[in-house]
Amino acid sequence: MNAPKLFFEDFTPGSVADYGPRLITREEIVAFATEFDPQPFHLDEEAARASMLGGLCASGWHSCCLLMRMICDGYVLDSASMGAPGVDELKWLAPVRPGDSLIVRRTVLEARASQSRPAMGLLKLLFEMRNGAGECVMTLRTTMMVRRRETASVA
Amino acid sequence: MNYFEDFHVGARIALGSHTFTAAEIKAFAVKFDPQPFHLDEAAAARSHFGALCASGWHTAVVWMRHRAEHRRLEEEALRARGETPSQRGPSPGFRDLKWLKPVYAGDTVAYTTEVVETRASNSRPGWGLVTALNTGSNQNGELVLSFVGTGFVERRPLSASP
Repeated sequence: MNAPKLFFEDFTPGSVADYGPRLITREEIVAFATEFDPQPFHLDEEAARASMLGGLCASGWHSCCLLMRMICDGYVLDSASMGAPGVDELKWLAPVRPGDSLIVRRTVLEARASQSRPAMGLLKLLFEMRNGAGECVMTLRTTMMVRRRETASVA
Repeated sequence: MNYFEDFHVGARIALGSHTFTAAEIKAFAVKFDPQPFHLDEAAAARSHFGALCASGWHTAVVWMRHRAEHRRLEEEALRARGETPSQRGPSPGFRDLKWLKPVYAGDTVAYTTEVVETRASNSRPGWGLVTALNTGSNQNGELVLSFVGTGFVERRPLSASP
């Protein structure tokens, strides 16, 4: 395991970072849906055209998993992350289509020290996923737990 | 629970359970969440989790698979009785997703869904929105996952039998 480079103190409220682009293919949309979300509008073009979504699109959970991978590659693996207790709110705003090129923007909304665990800080983060046309397809508000730099050596 | 009108607050469905193996925890993590505690036993032992555990997204998408599989069986049963399965729409999202405890390799998670709210869609006539509390609990009965999700369900057409 590499030594982490990013600690709680490196995430300034108001700061913004972009990750991606990540191209999503028809093959991976169908493969993900087959394994985890086998609903017709994620599997079959004809069934999808007849549905509310109007055409084949990725499972919303697939978008979540791609976002996770994009932020892992972007900064999580370089950080002293202690994971996330959950997701406060997630909105699927528009379908993700085969061939979409996805960008994720991270905004640090709030940073505070943990009362119960002094070695840890809590970050409130907003993630927005956009397609190549700039349309927002998903937003997600979450809390991330990160070790603090000054206590990192004894944590 | 076929059409929107069949969904009543408090109705709860057991969706079945799944045992998370070390191999599938790692296979998911390689693709979507390559943090050391989801990939490698030794690194996980040194982490605050103490042992290899599944990505939180992995525990959530396996809930989705169980929900979809339950619906597939329900549709088969409806067709066998000569009834028409309702259309299902997408989900606008969820809130309050909590990863309450790690899901370790070898843990078995039982999934449920329970209706907490129903309302007709204002923007889409013919559709309703069903909100459900969805959970996963491990073999010790401890809640490991919960979230409140919403999805579109077709309303019963006037022509359909009740």
